[in-house]
Amino acid sequence: MSFHVSRPASGTQTFWRALLYTILIFFALIYLAPLYVMVITSLKSLDEIRAGNLMLPPLDPNFDAWAKSWSAACVGVECSGISRYFFNSFKMAIPAVAISTFMGAFNGYVLTKWRFRGADIVFALILFGCFIPFQIVLVPMATILGWLGLAQTTPGLILVHVTYGLCFTTLFFRNYYQAFPDELIRAAKLDGAGFFQTFWRVLLPNSLPIVVVTVIWQFTNIWNDFLFGASFASGNAAPMTVALNNVVNTSTSVKEYNVDMASAIYAALPTLIVYVLAGRYFVRGLMAGAVKG
Amino acid sequence: MSRIIDRPAATRGGVLGWLQVQLPKIVLAPTCVITLIFVYGFILWTTYLSFSRSRMFPNLNWAGTKPHENLWANPVWYKALENLAIFGTLYIGIASVLGLFLATLLDQRIRQEGFIRTIYLYPMALSFIVTGTVWKWMLNPGLGIEKLMHDFGWTSFQFDWIVNSDMAIYTVVMAGVWQSSGFVMAMFLAGLRAVDDEIIKAASIDGASLPRIYVRIIFPMMRPIFLSSFVVLGHLAIKSFDLVIALTGGGPGFATELPATFMYKQTFTRNNIAVGSASAVMMLVTVAAIMVPYLYSELRAQKGVQR
Repeated sequence: MSFHVSRPASGTQTFWRALLYTILIFFALIYLAPLYVMVITSLKSLDEIRAGNLMLPPLDPNFDAWAKSWSAACVGVECSGISRYFFNSFKMAIPAVAISTFMGAFNGYVLTKWRFRGADIVFALILFGCFIPFQIVLVPMATILGWLGLAQTTPGLILVHVTYGLCFTTLFFRNYYQAFPDELIRAAKLDGAGFFQTFWRVLLPNSLPIVVVTVIWQFTNIWNDFLFGASFASGNAAPMTVALNNVVNTSTSVKEYNVDMASAIYAALPTLIVYVLAGRYFVRGLMAGAVKG
Repeated sequence: MSRIIDRPAATRGGVLGWLQVQLPKIVLAPTCVITLIFVYGFILWTTYLSFSRSRMFPNLNWAGTKPHENLWANPVWYKALENLAIFGTLYIGIASVLGLFLATLLDQRIRQEGFIRTIYLYPMALSFIVTGTVWKWMLNPGLGIEKLMHDFGWTSFQFDWIVNSDMAIYTVVMAGVWQSSGFVMAMFLAGLRAVDDEIIKAASIDGASLPRIYVRIIFPMMRPIFLSSFVVLGHLAIKSFDLVIALTGGGPGFATELPATFMYKQTFTRNNIAVGSASAVMMLVTVAAIMVPYLYSELRAQKGVQR
């Protein structure tokens, strides 16, 4: 809604524009500072870190800390690096994202195009699940995972993430399909298309944007989760966030800040890449999750 | 509205026909069952545990209101509530004001707006554990920002908040605001973009100055976004767990304990599942008190638009 009056640039206007850019750049630097510190610290040697300055670039940049973090950092008592946990997170996130997105798409389809009596109430009940503090489900979930033999396993975490991701995926697809014209559905049905055919042929080909939004949202949330990982899989099946926290808090004689920062970068990289490549969709997901449109 | 009346399958008889008709409900059923058990069933289960004698393992032996009494007799719980009040107020307040401020500046036809916006928002893509790890390193007095200032020659500069029990909670606020304010900015920016240009033109023709137009006309129009960001941030604040664990671990002492960390420690490290459950119930009640009216009004508003 930018305000713009067409008049010759006066001295005061130039001053205000300069001030505006200065403030914006100042804040941009503040937001970037932690990322910058994280990267340069990971490229320094421990001696340089101890003697040097937080903000100065490394004198002799090297990836020693990255290598050590990947294959030799101590996660608790075991010192075989964080690579295993990095892959754990992928093994957990990919199936969990796929299953919850798939189910959410069908739920949204039913809730908008095959409405039945009470559909709104069912939706409201599902939706509330997005907002419970997960502390309320920890003990029962741990018990159930124990019964199912899934405690401390990646499949257990997949089950948990699908379960508590469903409300978001359902919300996203439901809101998206709500705006999808009913006439097209009706036409497909008149042509004899059934429930699944209508979905595959008519709805799904038009669903790419919301699939992208949902996949990004779910991936970010599941990759970044710590509470479920720490509660249900703190051992060998631990996800990356739990491993990172263990690396940082492992009490060795020497505190290796460069290895800590390299590990933090590994933990941040997948979601950061997703954000840089598909930031627009990421923001849309955030908005959809916030403003239940 | 979007009910489809002509169901050809309904005319077919037999079990198959019935299945055809019921297919949509069958497809939705797994989610309903999962929600019923894993959300509502678990809520009841945990609520029951909060009246049980559960210690290290959950059991169903009735203890009456004893765990709740123990919870409310625990000074750490009060510390956690006090911290939540401080953290919640500052986190929501600062992130909202900063978000609106940055959105307003960004809305002035800025060159490279997309690039700057990307920078403001990227922390939201990070895990709170990553945020906590980085801020812990920057705030550490020996080698972090404090030393940086000493190196610059400001030797009397003191910034030991993270190890100072009176100030540690504010470091959680700093890291939290850093992570979330970009998101609030994005919400406000979307809201500002939706404001009709004509309103501003009309007001400026009437002789109103730009700041005045913003304060008097445009900011009041942002009320729904203030509400949304309040709900989202409030909800994040109550659930805050990872950030505290990674940044301070709840310390020094109990200085940065929040209800979420209190619950976790009671349940998993202090072998006090009943008290942990009681605190989880309190968290749920608080969240529900914010979310239920909000969801109710959102869903109702939606219906109003549709019909």
